[in-house]
Amino acid sequence: MNAIIEVEDLHHSYGDFTAVNGISFRVHTGEIFSFLGPNGAGKSTTINILTTLLPLQRGRVRVNGYDVRKEKKRVRESIGIVFQDEVLDGDLTVWETLEFHGRIYGMPRAERRERIEEMLKLADLEEKTEERVKYLSGGMRRRLEIARGLMTRPAVLFLDEPTLGLDPQTRYRIWKYIEKVNREGTTIFLTTHYMEEADSLSSRISIIDHGKIVITGTSEELKNSIGKDLIYLETVNKEKASQIIGSFSEVRGVRDSLRGLEVSLEADGQRFLPRLIVSLEKEGVEITSISLKKPTLDDVFLHYTGRELRDEGPQGKKVAMRRRRGR
Amino acid sequence: MNTAFLTVYWRDMIRFRRFKPMLFSTLVQPILWMAFFGIGMSSNFDRFSQFVKLPPGIESVDYLTFMAAGVIAMTTLFTSLFGGISLLFDKRWGIMKEMLASPMPRTHILWGISLSGVTKALIQAALIMSFGLLIGVKFFSGYSAVEVLISLLGIAIFVTVFSLGFLFLSAGITMRLESMEGVQGIMTLLTMPLFFSSSALYPVEGFPSWLRAISVVNPLTYLVKGIRYFAIGEDFFAMGTHYTYSIYDVLLSLGFLTIFALLTYLFAWVTFRRAVVT
Repeated sequence: MNAIIEVEDLHHSYGDFTAVNGISFRVHTGEIFSFLGPNGAGKSTTINILTTLLPLQRGRVRVNGYDVRKEKKRVRESIGIVFQDEVLDGDLTVWETLEFHGRIYGMPRAERRERIEEMLKLADLEEKTEERVKYLSGGMRRRLEIARGLMTRPAVLFLDEPTLGLDPQTRYRIWKYIEKVNREGTTIFLTTHYMEEADSLSSRISIIDHGKIVITGTSEELKNSIGKDLIYLETVNKEKASQIIGSFSEVRGVRDSLRGLEVSLEADGQRFLPRLIVSLEKEGVEITSISLKKPTLDDVFLHYTGRELRDEGPQGKKVAMRRRRGR
Repeated sequence: MNTAFLTVYWRDMIRFRRFKPMLFSTLVQPILWMAFFGIGMSSNFDRFSQFVKLPPGIESVDYLTFMAAGVIAMTTLFTSLFGGISLLFDKRWGIMKEMLASPMPRTHILWGISLSGVTKALIQAALIMSFGLLIGVKFFSGYSAVEVLISLLGIAIFVTVFSLGFLFLSAGITMRLESMEGVQGIMTLLTMPLFFSSSALYPVEGFPSWLRAISVVNPLTYLVKGIRYFAIGEDFFAMGTHYTYSIYDVLLSLGFLTIFALLTYLFAWVTFRRAVVT
């Protein structure tokens, strides 16, 4: 398959803080590729390097076949960006916002005017053409930003946390919108720390943590890599329980997890669970709680990093703070 | 030719028209200077200067006319020094990121903003002159229509070149700073010595030598010289001082302002090339 983004051994530091620590990946033409990871994992730094906003310190990056170090202008012409923070001039109208963008990208007048109409339709903002941007709702503003990113027909559209801070309903509409845009042929590179977002949208996902890619694959591949079904079990006697569980042929692996044991299964968990409970009780192992679930990307993240995606903790905050200071 | 800078200019002018309070103060402030400071000072200064002995047959230029040139210069200075500040808002609202990530050459951001600053300065200069003539400023007295046109053009050139110099400086400084307070602090710190060490409000001939030395390198002095040459004439008395300007003085002044603008452009250019905004 054709790679539209090629990244090899990318590093980036702010002073003595390493934000990106040797990552490599490829994004195929036509797919939606996601970076999933907690705040401060290095997602925005990577996107800023790929979009030429940050200078390349170490590694090789090609976007649409162009080198981000040597062919900045070509790269800039090839991409559209929706930034993490809102980037809009509230005092311009919706139309002026798009007109400004088309002009700084050097689109000829006729093409620009036609494209603005198309974008307004796509973003469902035709009624709001003459409205000042500051009077739009949060969801409309986000749709306008995405439309603006698409206006110049980029080969790749970068979306940095596209639904950050939006309510669930708006988030869902934005997802539908992103899927539509992708179906019409735009490759999408997306960063998110929402597991559901990566799960429902992406063709492929890279889980990123502490500046490194932990694992890459389709959502299914990632989930299957940690077992068909998962059992979380809490008990006082972890050691004995672990021994007993390990003796079943259906069990693929037993790991210590945050609150108890994580058991990954090769077989159907619904049939296996009753047998497991009976045999544990027979051996006198007291079970505090037990749950059975299909693996989610959260479990995948937990499995590979030992931390929960949602749980930022004091460490996560510290990283985020240092990143801000570094900018 | 890449005309992206016109887009940056277009957007800045939309904002200029749309922010009514800003538009209002930009246009009214110079008029207030003329109306209050000008009339207040001239009624006093003219009283003093009538005691200064002038050669027979020569009449002194009144203070209001003398300082009107200074008010144009001062307004141009303020507008230009603060002209780069819109870049700070662009950085804060992220539009700077949109522009920096676009294929548009970065110098076009600088040119667009500067062009809009020059436009504002020229509008203000025209307003001051019109209002001034209304309240008794004797600009262009005894000029033919052609001479008036040439003089207006000359003033416009001086204002433009001077304005560009300070707009580049302002844009460069603003790009390097993060906070509104910092930018405003620096600009305010710059305006005071620039303004009062120039010949905008009074002759520099009476200055002590150290202040005089400052006035010699102060671009404002050269702008005032250019405006007075075109608006009042090449040989006149004002505030007890005899002013004579040759065409060489004027060209030299323009040369000085051009070099100043080139230097500040270099400063801004380096700043924009290196700028990283994420």
